[in-house]
Amino acid sequence: MQAKKRYLISLLTGASLVLLLYFGGVPGPAPATSRHERARGGGGGGRRSGQPWPHASEPFQPFSPGDETDTEEYNAHVSPRQKREVHASVYRGKRCRMDSCFDFSLCRRNGFKVYVYPQQKGEKISESYQSILAAIEGSRFYTSDPSQACLFVLSLDTLDRDQLSPHYVHNLKSKVQSLPLWNDGRNHLVFNLYSGTWPDYTEDLGFDIGQAMLAKASVSTENFRPGFDVSIPLFPKEHPRSGGERGHLRANSIPPFRKYMLVFKGKRYLTGIGSDTRNALYHVHNAEDVVLLTTCKHGKDWQKHKDARCDKDNAEYDKYDYREMLHNSTFCLVPRGRRLGSFRFLEALQAACVPVMLSNGWELPFSEVIDWNTGAVIGDERLLLQIPSTVRSIHQDKILALRQQTQFLWEAYFSSVEKIVLTTLEIIQDRVLQHTARSSLMWNSHPGGLFTLPQYSSYLGDFPFYYAGLGIKPYPKFTAVIHAVTPLVSQSQPILKLLVAVAKSQYCAQIIVLWNCDKPLPAKHRWPATSVPVIVIEGENKVMSSRFQPYESIITDAVLSLDEDTVLSTTEVDFAFTVWQSFPERIVGYPARSHFWDSNKERWGYTSKWTNDYSMVLTGAAIYHRYYHYLYTHFLPSSLKNMVDQLANCEDILMNFLVSAVTKLPPIKVTQKKQYKETMMGQSSRASRWADPDHFAQRQTCMNKFASWFGGMPLVHSQMRLDPVLFKDQVSILRKKYREIERL
Amino acid sequence: VGFGLIMCASVKYSSRGPALIPRMKTKHRIYYITLFSVVLLGLIATGMFQFWPHSIESSPEWTLDRRSVHDAPLVKLPVSSPIPERGDLSCRMHTCFDVYRCGYNPKNRIKVYIYPLQRFVDEVGVPISSTGLSREYNDLLSAISDSDFYTDDVTRACLFVPSIDVLNQNSLRIRETAQALAMLPRWDKGMNHLLFNMLPGGPPDYNTALDVPRDRALLAGGGFSTWTYRQGYDVSIPVYSPLSAEVDLPEKQPGPRRYFILSSQTAIHREYRTELERLKEENGEALLLLDKCSNLSQGMASARKRCYKGQVYDYPQILQESSFCVVLRGARLGQATLSDVLQAGCVPVIMADSYILPFSEVLDWKRASVVIPEEKLPEMYTILKSIPHRQVEEMQRQARWFWEAYFRSMKAIGLTTLQIINDRIYPYAARTYEEWNNPPVVKWSSVSNPLFLPLIPPRSPGFTAVVLTYDRVESLFRVITEISKVPSLAKLLVVWNNQNKSPPEESLWPKIAVPLRVVRTKENKLSNRFFPFDEIETEAVLAIDDDIIMLTSDELQFGYEVWREFPDRLVGYPGRLHLWDHEMGKWKYESEWTNEVSMVLTGAAFYHKYFNYLYTYKMPGDIKNWVDAHMNCEDIAMNFLVANITGKAPIKVTPRKKFKCPECTAIDGLSLDQTHMVERSECINKFASVFGTMPLKVVEHRADPVLYKDDFPEKLKSFPNIGSL
Repeated sequence: MQAKKRYLISLLTGASLVLLLYFGGVPGPAPATSRHERARGGGGGGRRSGQPWPHASEPFQPFSPGDETDTEEYNAHVSPRQKREVHASVYRGKRCRMDSCFDFSLCRRNGFKVYVYPQQKGEKISESYQSILAAIEGSRFYTSDPSQACLFVLSLDTLDRDQLSPHYVHNLKSKVQSLPLWNDGRNHLVFNLYSGTWPDYTEDLGFDIGQAMLAKASVSTENFRPGFDVSIPLFPKEHPRSGGERGHLRANSIPPFRKYMLVFKGKRYLTGIGSDTRNALYHVHNAEDVVLLTTCKHGKDWQKHKDARCDKDNAEYDKYDYREMLHNSTFCLVPRGRRLGSFRFLEALQAACVPVMLSNGWELPFSEVIDWNTGAVIGDERLLLQIPSTVRSIHQDKILALRQQTQFLWEAYFSSVEKIVLTTLEIIQDRVLQHTARSSLMWNSHPGGLFTLPQYSSYLGDFPFYYAGLGIKPYPKFTAVIHAVTPLVSQSQPILKLLVAVAKSQYCAQIIVLWNCDKPLPAKHRWPATSVPVIVIEGENKVMSSRFQPYESIITDAVLSLDEDTVLSTTEVDFAFTVWQSFPERIVGYPARSHFWDSNKERWGYTSKWTNDYSMVLTGAAIYHRYYHYLYTHFLPSSLKNMVDQLANCEDILMNFLVSAVTKLPPIKVTQKKQYKETMMGQSSRASRWADPDHFAQRQTCMNKFASWFGGMPLVHSQMRLDPVLFKDQVSILRKKYREIERL
Repeated sequence: VGFGLIMCASVKYSSRGPALIPRMKTKHRIYYITLFSVVLLGLIATGMFQFWPHSIESSPEWTLDRRSVHDAPLVKLPVSSPIPERGDLSCRMHTCFDVYRCGYNPKNRIKVYIYPLQRFVDEVGVPISSTGLSREYNDLLSAISDSDFYTDDVTRACLFVPSIDVLNQNSLRIRETAQALAMLPRWDKGMNHLLFNMLPGGPPDYNTALDVPRDRALLAGGGFSTWTYRQGYDVSIPVYSPLSAEVDLPEKQPGPRRYFILSSQTAIHREYRTELERLKEENGEALLLLDKCSNLSQGMASARKRCYKGQVYDYPQILQESSFCVVLRGARLGQATLSDVLQAGCVPVIMADSYILPFSEVLDWKRASVVIPEEKLPEMYTILKSIPHRQVEEMQRQARWFWEAYFRSMKAIGLTTLQIINDRIYPYAARTYEEWNNPPVVKWSSVSNPLFLPLIPPRSPGFTAVVLTYDRVESLFRVITEISKVPSLAKLLVVWNNQNKSPPEESLWPKIAVPLRVVRTKENKLSNRFFPFDEIETEAVLAIDDDIIMLTSDELQFGYEVWREFPDRLVGYPGRLHLWDHEMGKWKYESEWTNEVSMVLTGAAFYHKYFNYLYTYKMPGDIKNWVDAHMNCEDIAMNFLVANITGKAPIKVTPRKKFKCPECTAIDGLSLDQTHMVERSECINKFASVFGTMPLKVVEHRADPVLYKDDFPEKLKSFPNIGSL
């Protein structure tokens, strides 16, 4: 008690003191002293050349911000409609903006659809451009009907516009002009990686792009049309088409410093554009923790141009291994080459080596949406000599954050051609969506813009990813969605027991029965009376995927997905829901399954055996965020959903793939009553499905098909199960809150 | 003087002060009255102290000020005086800005110089501006000169701000103003000069950027379009609304308002007004379309009134009655109405095609506003109706926060502009998205986990066991022998906390397969166990007491596996709980068999080495010293620390077992009695007050192996030996 009193009093006095300081201190002494100091400084002279800014006391005229009069006058002779038309005719070419060079009406009709011109015979298309086109064609934006399209992509390879390159496509100008849908490039998107050539490397593409948007690598801020063009990263031709490697960071080491502080290894151009910075690197190189190596050995006649330092530099260069440096350095220097961008940028990003940009005027990749200050250090070529002290001044916590962000950005937007292309398309779509576009938070935090579809909701709190960042919690109730496939004939059917058990849960807000049975809906009175509303919905086409439809009647953040023959007690449901509240971005379920790599058959295997780990939980009884319904329906391609519908199988595997691809984490298995041997599924229709030998083979096939679409295996294993705190402990059962779970 | 008095008062009365105000006795009330009178007296005294001498002292300075404004040197501009170039649209920081002037600066802060005031006139003596220095520009310059950006040393400056007021182009003579700029001593093609302009352009076309030719000067402009805004070079600023200073609108709680959409601007184009009226016809009461009042009695400020069909409304108060407020472009894109609307916590519906929103370089306007193309005005109602309620509320809060932080005064506008430029020059020290965009309430309640990347670290590096010991050598050796059986153990570190006794000879220690290191500490402190020793080379640390011998190898290995799945959490064995004691009105520590867990004891727990750093260097307040002084509660402190920074609960693994009173180790000799529990409860209350919140999270689950207690052959289980000891 004494302590409390003391705290209270000292708190109060402290507060008064703060008040005093604020009241007396802020407006009074601080500026006053500084003013005096300045006055004194003036008396002493010498320190400054001009007079200080005076604090004037007399009243001034306001600057009169009301532009009403101006506006009235203006309105009298300008019509907004005319003004818009004028803009559209004036701001063309280099001054293109979405407002002036893009026809939004094309997107309004059918949504954001992308058309790819059919490939013409005899046209050579580079591997990289093939990948780009394949990524678009495989995406949910693709349409083969130009009349449906909002955006057009050429099948002519525009990636390499370096005249000296073997991939250079000749006569592009006439080829483009002859396209019937070209329309001066309106609503066209042109991809480009290289433009210009030695010696000046201009950013000219060698043909008139008209009003087309450019998705271009190494683009400079001067030529970049903000809000219209998209800056993309330079990627090598071996860049994987989809999926892609994960980042190299396996663990957050503490302290976060690596063997080297800052490294670079690359060519040095002795003369010409972009040579200055690399020529000066040796000033900063210290051969210890700052290792910046250049070589003059490139091109046929390098010896002709070589300078005094070349031999020494070349020797030093050969002493170090690029890969070794990349993986053992805290920072990686990314100086401009002939062009502004370089492969090194993506390499550093993947290697969790924080890029230190030295490429003045480079519009960084996807700069419209990515906040690069959180994933890179933006240096200034003019301040090269300061770079070592700058990177040394960066606090450890900041390094830790930068490094993790490189990994997030790499995996979210850069690890495959598909991701680069989809990011480009999503950025353009965001412009079309306007007010419903993604916020900066969605783009710059896990899981990133490609997995957060803004059409679902413009409210961040409706997604499972931002609760902590917003300081809020998910809605503390769930909606049960029961998938019914058999007609209601008897009152002892499992679905009715399930309904009653689930309805009794204190966290249950409502129950939706999804009627996917060929028989007509049973009469209302056939359903048991429950304390929560029961809504019966007839499934769309009665297909499997309809169970993951984002029904508008789902009003809670959490969905409890159930098969009709699932056997669950109220306690089990209650416990699982409390667990889900701690892990709202994951699937929390009961029966679990696992995947493994079958090295004999060189493919993924599926097992339902009892194992020491698992990577999936069945969605016949699982809780997850309702956003995953939306993602399942709108993110996944119809090829996968159709497969699920045709087989009437694998929907749970697909959902697990999806959620793990988003979270990069395993699902969570919670404990369940143990009286059921294989699964908790009963003996009805569903059981026969499980007993079918084809069923198992199908699931195996599904897994491999899904893995190939995702470009890798997103599933992650877990070795633990979550049980109630006192589960099976040697303590009176009366003490246990979830005692039903351990009762047989 | 005042301070001393208060200090004495607090010391004197605190020893006998009451605990809770509602239970105040008469005697206590007297104390309180005395205390408050003393505080009040102090306040008054300090106030007097501040103002009296201050005003006397500074009186010569005031005159100096007055003189400097009225009698600022007159500068005559010759007709032939050079005119700067129009301004280069391709200017960027790396081309038109001299970064060498800013230099390397350990504080990462740019220095801003303000030119002394001069009165520019043309050859016949006509001033270049009809208004001269405006109140707003004076406020802005004063704010800069009072900030830590300011320098009066022109040679040290990175940025130069002319004292020529160009806020409103209407009052300027363009050519002469440009000549005046070029005459500034450090003009140098406008390099590193910053101009503030809120009302650009003039009739008939109203350019969206200041028409005054200005060479390479940066422009902080209040109505840029995407065609005139040089991204990453110019700064888009708001148009200041003088009502911000005139009207005090208290913040209104977010929530539904009387009107759904409100339009308050008076000069709306006829075409748009027709559209708005059509919307009103369709949706009735949800919309309120205000216009200026035609028949106001004399003397009423028309700027503060709006009318609809003869009914008069107070402006801007009426804005608080609506969820959404229309901000349509006028002759210019930037509108002062935006500021009024934000102040009212009304969500702005901005319809100004190609407008660069204020401070859009750093502010995420999607969270505070709705931007609709002018063309889509007829669809406005449908668009706004589709926005979820919770988001509208968040936007209302966000709108108000933007006003408070960045719009409310010329000072806020000016300093935000400088901060944005500062962020460009020192990008590695730039303010984060969260710092710019999260209102204080979100900053306070949200967490940003420093280990945010979803990673499951590989098993192979293993973990380092850190055993804190004093002198129980026998028990210590048993613990070492037991732990050495755990497959993933990488290294064992014994923290020898006894300064009076040396650790046993090397030959006496148990022989184990992994490296064993002993570090001797300088002081017998509990916090030594959480020191980030260089010897810890793994991410995972197992903190373990020297008497924990009841954990099986399977249990420890399993704990490590669980930690790998949750590397940002504490993963431990015995769980504990904090409870709110309603009777006492404070927190209570609970070690009984409960269904809930909010802490795990660090007598046996895995955690990330990062938390060692946090504990040692970033523990808030005096907690660390307090723990060392009391020789208790280091584990509670660690639980607070981790929960506070990650927002996550710890994970208890494996079933409860009879630990040999793991919490007693710290207070050897004392049995687990009430004193102990009371002390632990006190720790919780103390820490909660230091943290200013209760960060601990309560959960009802623990982690067991997948097949724990399942009817399955034990020999096929990965972790069969769980819960056996």
